[in-house]
Amino acid sequence: MRPGAAFPRALPRLARRLALARRLEPGEEVMRRRWRAFLAVAAVTAVAAVSACSKDVNQSPQGGTDASKVEVMSWWVGGGEEAGLNAMIALFKQQNPSIEFVNSGISGGAGTNAKAQLATRLAANNPPDSYQRHAGKELAADIKSGDVEDLTYLYTQQNWKNVFPQGLVDAITDNGKVYSVPVNIHRSNLLWFIPKTLSDNGIAAPPKTWDEFLTQAAAIQAKGKTPLSIGPAWTQKHLLENVLLGELGVDKYNGLWNGSTDWTSAEVVAVIQKYIRILSYSDIKSAGADWQPALDKVIEGSAVYNVMGDWANAYLSGDKKLAFKTGYDVTTAPGTAGVYNFLSDSFTLPVGAPHKAAAEKWLALCGSKEGQDAFNPLKGSIPARKDADTSKYKDYLATALADWSNPSTKVVGSLAHGVVASDAWNTEIDTALGLLVANGNPQAFAAAVKQSYEKNK
Amino acid sequence: MRRIRRWAPGLLLVAPSLLVLGIFVYGFMGWTLRLSLTSSRRRDINWDYVGAENYRELADETTLTGQRFAIDVKNIVIFTLAFVVGSLVVGFFLALLLDRGVVGESFFRGVYIFPMAISFIAIAIVWRWLLNNGTGDQLTGLNKLFSLAGLDFLQSDWFKSDSGFAIAAVALPAGWALSGYVMALFLAGMRGVPEDLREAARVDGAREHQVFWHVVRPMLLPVTMSALVILVHISLKTFDLIYAMDLKSLKIDTPALFMWFTTFEGGFFGSGAAIATLLLFGVSLVIIPYIWYSVRAERRS
Repeated sequence: MRPGAAFPRALPRLARRLALARRLEPGEEVMRRRWRAFLAVAAVTAVAAVSACSKDVNQSPQGGTDASKVEVMSWWVGGGEEAGLNAMIALFKQQNPSIEFVNSGISGGAGTNAKAQLATRLAANNPPDSYQRHAGKELAADIKSGDVEDLTYLYTQQNWKNVFPQGLVDAITDNGKVYSVPVNIHRSNLLWFIPKTLSDNGIAAPPKTWDEFLTQAAAIQAKGKTPLSIGPAWTQKHLLENVLLGELGVDKYNGLWNGSTDWTSAEVVAVIQKYIRILSYSDIKSAGADWQPALDKVIEGSAVYNVMGDWANAYLSGDKKLAFKTGYDVTTAPGTAGVYNFLSDSFTLPVGAPHKAAAEKWLALCGSKEGQDAFNPLKGSIPARKDADTSKYKDYLATALADWSNPSTKVVGSLAHGVVASDAWNTEIDTALGLLVANGNPQAFAAAVKQSYEKNK
Repeated sequence: MRRIRRWAPGLLLVAPSLLVLGIFVYGFMGWTLRLSLTSSRRRDINWDYVGAENYRELADETTLTGQRFAIDVKNIVIFTLAFVVGSLVVGFFLALLLDRGVVGESFFRGVYIFPMAISFIAIAIVWRWLLNNGTGDQLTGLNKLFSLAGLDFLQSDWFKSDSGFAIAAVALPAGWALSGYVMALFLAGMRGVPEDLREAARVDGAREHQVFWHVVRPMLLPVTMSALVILVHISLKTFDLIYAMDLKSLKIDTPALFMWFTTFEGGFFGSGAAIATLLLFGVSLVIIPYIWYSVRAERRS
């Protein structure tokens, strides 16, 4: 049979139109050489394709016992985060000289890029040995689709349930099992200000409740200053969670995330209404491009307060070289005294990790006192453990650590940073919040968020 | 046998690229279309067919998704109009000026084309500052320039405007980046008009503007078409510029951004695929007539 007989009739015409063949006079010799070249290319392609496929097949889905190396995927690739990670890597190498450490850091977008690439690798059953996730519900989708191993045995082995605060363990437990090891703790419910700005504007002390804030805000606005500075959409969500926490209290706030507090109840809608009033005292019309420009307005004195997580501390004391307490100060966000609204970076053990034994050693370091005390002073966060070396944490971090290890402190999780709501729900809350900010309809917001919860739980 | 020898080598030579295109472009288009008809979530690509449910939700303005998509469609139409018309007009006039034979033409050509070499992220960071709408001490960028020039009435909230036209401000940086490219296209088109044609018109007594209008302009139609198609499809795909200008601001949200957040942050693969399919449909509305037009023009010549 002729080799070309199987092709549809249109193809040769198409080929002739597209290819050079029409112009070349096909001599017998040239022909044969072209055939050979083509066959070579085709063979290489085929070999490459086959080997790429077989790689997947060969990889054991059970995870290897091979401990010659460990690949860790994170988005810690710059600044204090990278310095902290490097300190941990150095410690790891010291403890495990025979294990090669592969640092697969991916920069950009607070982990967005790393997450996108991770999703691809997980889908291709080609996971790293350990990857970074915000602790809490951000991991829910991975747990549901069976991407991560249950680490309860590691928690028992390392006695972590007794050294991490109960509120933290509760927040990262899913149906009685724990799937990730938190390395650090950041705090969300903080109100930043410059003491001098307060005294210049005749304010005795920062507000203890949001109602007190609204009273102060009216007076501040009358003086031509911005009561509260704000940034892009995520900082608006950050503010929302702290208004909800401050107004509803710990139990009802926690209930918002497990369905026991009704979003559409009059009480919650009233709080959302209050959030809109608070926003009206902010500079949202000319909001900063990110959280730093929003803080800059507070530093310059054109704005008085800013609600932001404690990464602001490194910016104020490091980049801006201000002295804690005198140059800048911080207190808990209104209505949240005695509450620690946390967020945390954690590491996991993916199902099918090629070097499981080495990954377990890495996770053990992540949860250990030495590991956390090496990482956190550089990153500007506090350890998840209650028994950390307090001498390593100065100024703001010392106060944060004292609050964290205080047994009477109530620990709750952050919405804007992935602790209490799954990615799916969180993304829809983003849309709802964008609409709320645009049209100021709290009922519609509450109904949409409730509906999205039902859909995504 | 002889006939096979004539076409088979050609076909075999293009076969690898046809294969790659077939899989990675057309195959994935089909895959996305198929995905858009399912309720798939991240990691759980379940092929659980829900028919046109994802599309229905996008069209239903009582749902969150539908409300946002309505805003996005309105935004992308405004953006495309402002960006495409703006770039074409500016690019055309730049070309017209350079075609007059300015001193240092190649220098100016370089100056105008250079912005295209800058990544949209960098452009966004610079223009986010230029288009800042702070007042008083916070006055910067264009608004400050207007204030210094005594043109305060020109000050605007730009991309933070509540007017519903905030996205039109994003067309400014996009147009700034691309109008130099459009200029290059037009300039090439103008230079492509044979000098003897112009001479002939001049001999017949045509004035310079008449030469342009009756001789050069009609010959610029193919260039305009190409520029139009290139600009429209860039406009529909614009992502990084808006992402870096004001993250997740619904005032400047577009289907491309919505697709990204829905798919890769929310993990709603089905819904994201539906948005992507609609985007593809939008692009093909422009591309297909263009291909049809150019194939016909080729066949005629």
